[in-house]
Amino acid sequence: MSGSGPRLLRPRFFRSAGFRFGLFYAGLFSLSAAALAGFLWWSTAGLLQRQTTDSLGQDGDSLVEIYFQAGLPGVVAAIKDRIAGNVDDDSLYILTDPNMKVLAGNVNAWPPEWPMDQEWGRLQVQRDGLNVDVQVRAFDLPGGLHVMVGRDVSVRQQLGRLMEEALLWAAAIAIVLGTVGALVVRGVFRSTIADVAATARAIGGGDLTRRVHVYGQDDEFDLLAMTINDMLDRIGHLMEGVKQVSNAIAHDLRTPIARARTRLEDAAIHAKDEADLRAAVERAMADLDGVVGVFQALLRISEIEAGARRSHFADVDLSEVLNSLAELYEAVAEERGIAMSADIAENLHLMGDRDMLQQAVANLLDNALKFSPAGGKIGIRAWREAGQAGIEISDNGPGIPEAERARATERFFRGETARSTPGSGLGLALVQAVAQLHGGDVVLGDAMPGLRATLMLPAISEAILPPSSPALLRSEAA
Amino acid sequence: MRILVVEDDKDVASFVVKGLREAGHVVEHANNGRDGLFLAATENFDAIVLDRMLPGGVDGLRILETLRAQNNHTPALFLSALAQVDDKVKGLKAGGDDYMTKPFAFAELLARVEALTRRGKSDAPVTKLQVADLEMDLLSRTVRRAGQKIDLQPREFRLLEFLMRHSGQVVTRTMLLEGVWDYHFDPQTNVIDVHVSRLRQKVDKPFPASLIHTVRNAGYMLQLEEP
Repeated sequence: MSGSGPRLLRPRFFRSAGFRFGLFYAGLFSLSAAALAGFLWWSTAGLLQRQTTDSLGQDGDSLVEIYFQAGLPGVVAAIKDRIAGNVDDDSLYILTDPNMKVLAGNVNAWPPEWPMDQEWGRLQVQRDGLNVDVQVRAFDLPGGLHVMVGRDVSVRQQLGRLMEEALLWAAAIAIVLGTVGALVVRGVFRSTIADVAATARAIGGGDLTRRVHVYGQDDEFDLLAMTINDMLDRIGHLMEGVKQVSNAIAHDLRTPIARARTRLEDAAIHAKDEADLRAAVERAMADLDGVVGVFQALLRISEIEAGARRSHFADVDLSEVLNSLAELYEAVAEERGIAMSADIAENLHLMGDRDMLQQAVANLLDNALKFSPAGGKIGIRAWREAGQAGIEISDNGPGIPEAERARATERFFRGETARSTPGSGLGLALVQAVAQLHGGDVVLGDAMPGLRATLMLPAISEAILPPSSPALLRSEAA
Repeated sequence: MRILVVEDDKDVASFVVKGLREAGHVVEHANNGRDGLFLAATENFDAIVLDRMLPGGVDGLRILETLRAQNNHTPALFLSALAQVDDKVKGLKAGGDDYMTKPFAFAELLARVEALTRRGKSDAPVTKLQVADLEMDLLSRTVRRAGQKIDLQPREFRLLEFLMRHSGQVVTRTMLLEGVWDYHFDPQTNVIDVHVSRLRQKVDKPFPASLIHTVRNAGYMLQLEEP
């Protein structure tokens, strides 16, 4: 990572998301280590402590019992017995009379510092010249006798110290590991984000070929990278489209504008009379009208592609739309010696934009008429198929070669066979846009010979249609 | 006819004003929204030609909404560079009777403005239309010329009805597409010419005088005299 990058690459320590994640990671790691240590402590040293307490309780209780069964001599005997049987020499026993004179036990005197009203506690006792930690229980027997039982807990304390030491080490290791882990997490974060940032910067700088690196781990980072790359592909595609369209605009619109300009200039210089001038002006106007037409078509297409028209969707009686268009165009076909046949299923309905659908089908019919030779045939078919409405317009003109079909719906694309005919190259692009607006598609095929254009659009199922009503023709009349 | 033109673009305004005057109309012009609204609200006009985007803080939509709110129903036609379908819908919702986009052909504008005023007048339901010896009965849906019955297809009937309702006026191809077929796009094929020519075969051909005339660079006109 270079140091010249923006803030993202050189974050202030605490503002860095990587650092925060690292810190969070280290904290979580330490917390779990502490929990583990606590459990270890509780289950070892704590267990010993509880065992000692239990054993002192039982020891004392049994002495009380013996006293009630066998009196003082019994207790003295029992204490002596227990001292003798205590192989580890880790027990303490004292029995005194009311004057604190020792009657039995393995220490010389009742510890003077012991408060007489305390039952449980700790004592330091000198044994074999060593200070030993003892946990004791003191209680009285009837007749003013005092008893104290105890257990040497120095072993336990050693264990405790050992544990403490081990836990301290463990804590240190946890902190080190946590920190390393945090740094690794932060590093992964930084490198991934830096890659995304670098890619975004390169894209912003105009290099649309850059992509985020995918590591092939199929993890979240890869998912993010792939999502971003998909988005960039789409943007690239759109940019390419925009470039193509603006090139096409520059080229296709220049020609008629240049022609209009030439006509006007020619007329300005060479026109001999008013009639000449008028003719030139009128032809230039026709050229410019063509330019305006192209702009309107482009505007229409981008309006459709923006999808804003969806809010105007309503139930469209497709059968009625198609019959009406067939009737409109049939007259033209007849005049040109072209036979037009219509086979339109009844009661086809879909949610859509009536105007747009009309225009799309009209474009296909315009095309069919334009390319059909005299004596040709044009067919309009519409049918219902698996929840879809199919509309097919076929002609027996030259058709579109298979290699060009995929591109025929691109804006301004004009196939070899279409180059010599008038047209803007936007007709099929609009059909495609309308099809997509309705969640459908347009497929260009071979009618052998000729073009077969098929629109497949999601239809409203027959079952939920209201009983058919005669199509209301809007009247312009007041 | 007295027509108000509210348009800020000098070239467009002078072109429209000149053209309308040449066509025999009396024209007032306002070059901003405020003046336009003032004129429209204080004087009587037969039609208003209204730009959408205007200087002066009051745009075309506001002018028309204000007029309509004052119960002023002067027919109005929007003339705007805003060409999207939504823009047109907005214009018509605000109370516009027609919507044209720039650039435009003057013949189209003139035809539409003149059609507007006719629309305003014919409030009472009409059951019979008559032009010269051509009669149309809208109830029985029959057409006679010189007493002779003419058989028409439903669409031909509607086409003739539209022409008769606008007799003496130029009717453009776009107006026919919108008014008779309810289509709002320009077909690349001369569909309208073909249908009008079919209608002529039935209405004009068998008779000595033609009623349906072609107006060059504009459209059609139905009347007895040559335009």
